[in-house]
Amino acid sequence: MNHLLEVTDLRKEYPLQSGLLGAVMGSRRVVHAVNGVSFVLDEGGSLGLAGESGCGKTTTAKLILKLLHPTAGSIRFAGRDVAGLDGSDLLSYRRQAQFIFQNPYEALNPRFTILRSLLEPLIIHEIGRSIAERVERVAGALDRVHLNPPETFFLKYPHQLSGGQLQRVVIARALLVDPVLLVADEPVSMLDVSIRAGVLNLMRDLSRERKLTTLYISHDLALIRYMCSVTAVMYLGTICEIGPTEEVIEHPRHPYTQALVSAVPDPDPTRPRRPVEIADTVPTPFQLPAGCPFADRCPQVMEVCRHLRPLLLPVDGGVRVACHLYPGSTPRAAEGDGAKLEPN
Amino acid sequence: MSLLEIDTLAVQYHTLHGAVQAVRGVTLSIERGRAVGLVGESGCGKTTLARALIGVLPRNAAIAGGRVRFDGADLLQLSGDALNDYRWRRIAMIPQAAMDSLDPVYRVGDQLVETMRLRGGLTSPQARERAERLFALVGLAPGRLRLYPHELSGGMKQRVVIAMALALEPQLVIADEPVTALDVIVQHQVLRTLRELQETLQLSLLLITHDISVVADLCDDVVVMYAGRIVEAGSVREVFAAPHHPYTMGLRNAFPSLRARSARLVPIEGYPPDLASPPAGCAFAPRCPFAIERCWHDDPALLPTTGGRLAACHRAAEADALRTQAPQAFARLEATGPQSVRSGAPPAGGTL
Repeated sequence: MNHLLEVTDLRKEYPLQSGLLGAVMGSRRVVHAVNGVSFVLDEGGSLGLAGESGCGKTTTAKLILKLLHPTAGSIRFAGRDVAGLDGSDLLSYRRQAQFIFQNPYEALNPRFTILRSLLEPLIIHEIGRSIAERVERVAGALDRVHLNPPETFFLKYPHQLSGGQLQRVVIARALLVDPVLLVADEPVSMLDVSIRAGVLNLMRDLSRERKLTTLYISHDLALIRYMCSVTAVMYLGTICEIGPTEEVIEHPRHPYTQALVSAVPDPDPTRPRRPVEIADTVPTPFQLPAGCPFADRCPQVMEVCRHLRPLLLPVDGGVRVACHLYPGSTPRAAEGDGAKLEPN
Repeated sequence: MSLLEIDTLAVQYHTLHGAVQAVRGVTLSIERGRAVGLVGESGCGKTTLARALIGVLPRNAAIAGGRVRFDGADLLQLSGDALNDYRWRRIAMIPQAAMDSLDPVYRVGDQLVETMRLRGGLTSPQARERAERLFALVGLAPGRLRLYPHELSGGMKQRVVIAMALALEPQLVIADEPVTALDVIVQHQVLRTLRELQETLQLSLLLITHDISVVADLCDDVVVMYAGRIVEAGSVREVFAAPHHPYTMGLRNAFPSLRARSARLVPIEGYPPDLASPPAGCAFAPRCPFAIERCWHDDPALLPTTGGRLAACHRAAEADALRTQAPQAFARLEATGPQSVRSGAPPAGGTL
């Protein structure tokens, strides 16, 4: 299978507002929002980026969609470097890679009717020859996301629709332009439980039907298990574990993944509960530790973790883990000599 | 006698578009030392219910009927100072986003001490000493008392808020989405702490959440609300093992599980009704695959079913049979769409 998306050592840093105190102290602090993320996404594949808020998953998505510019690293889409795109190439990329936002209430212009919001992308990308043809396409898209009959939604404004309906409109808008890659950032977290399943099923059906490549971003591992064949768990701007979803969730290797999996509440009250024994200290994406970013919360921390950052290396089951508990992750040549390594 | 007895409580909001009936006759009791989870979707009236209990409804809301008895006293008859005696001292509330209500310019310890001095009548040294004990109880080092809110993480702030709620040794703690803004791991730890305290201090806990899994994990009993009413109540084990109301049955297949590979999820088609003009019959009928003629004009009462449980469904007696058909029945509804309330006609496929 071909790699549709190749992300290599992606980094995004934000300088912190230093203020008066900072000027006096002469400190220049930097937030490492994304700190060396690499993965490939095959054509037609589905990858879930999991992690807590602030771990850099949304920033990663925005970098991929070229809504932000990376500090370092590369993103290749269908073999082409995304950073170098401009003009009509960029426009074409923007058509092929569509984004579904977390908050459907904010994703649509409140002053536009649904019809106008959906005609907009067709006009921008010059899809359809006449207005009639475009309206036809919009009606088809609304119908496909089960907003029936489509005409009754044309002249409605976003505030007249419920959250679930709005998210369907947003999905319809993304699909109108025949995308190749669909990136969804917490697509159902603003919706009520009884509504979520319908939207998730719709996205699953559509991506199969149109052979879309999908990237889901969510803090909810259960959602990722339902939607994605590959799961990457992020912590403080890096991927700490990536592999086939079933492997990652059924046999989590990284202590952070283990904690994350066991912290998810279980809807079955008869199932035995597994305790999570990690500190609830705040991870801060500035002043990153020299070693493993998870070291100060890790229940299995070792001496080496404090000064040597583990690499994301393959273990068994098609999984790659960045953890010194797994011998593969420790760069052999540098073992015991953290000083020679780059701090990150 | 139960610690808290709510009897056909109704609350309305007065809006530009008329009265919205947010809570429509809720009857519920909470025993001493029990942890009760109140679950429902946004807008189902769960927060309004909680706020009505301690008389902190928004200005445009009013109690339209019913009674609330707490430890024998009728709370709705109390006002001013008399009601104030109950708040915090006997019923403490952890409101939504409580951690953001800590005053940013005072040390958290001072805020805790002030509460105990002003509301609990403790002397300063007494309050300081208790503040340290409370911090130990919620798992915070005593040194944290000297910190300002911005120096604490979300989880720690939430622990401070829990300590505050417990400061005056209440009998009932109402926690409204106490961990929503926190990360999964921290959520888990804070909820665990809350549950342990509830057990050791023999408190009654009313935990309000949209997350049914949290209730399954933490509570003894569960109360399910839909469109301003209770549709099902019972012990967590029994309700989750064998729900009696179609709404609860539908919820079970509506979200993915982490522990098991999910078959296709089955949504509950449609949307909750507009409570400005609630339907004449069962509010869930338009979304219910099992609705019969009667459901459209006759709102079912919350009645005992089996095993000390309650359900508001005309077909509760058939619950065991309906439950086995629920996944397919809800899936059929997903394909055909919800039934129109206004048509008033018995829905297609409503019979078995």
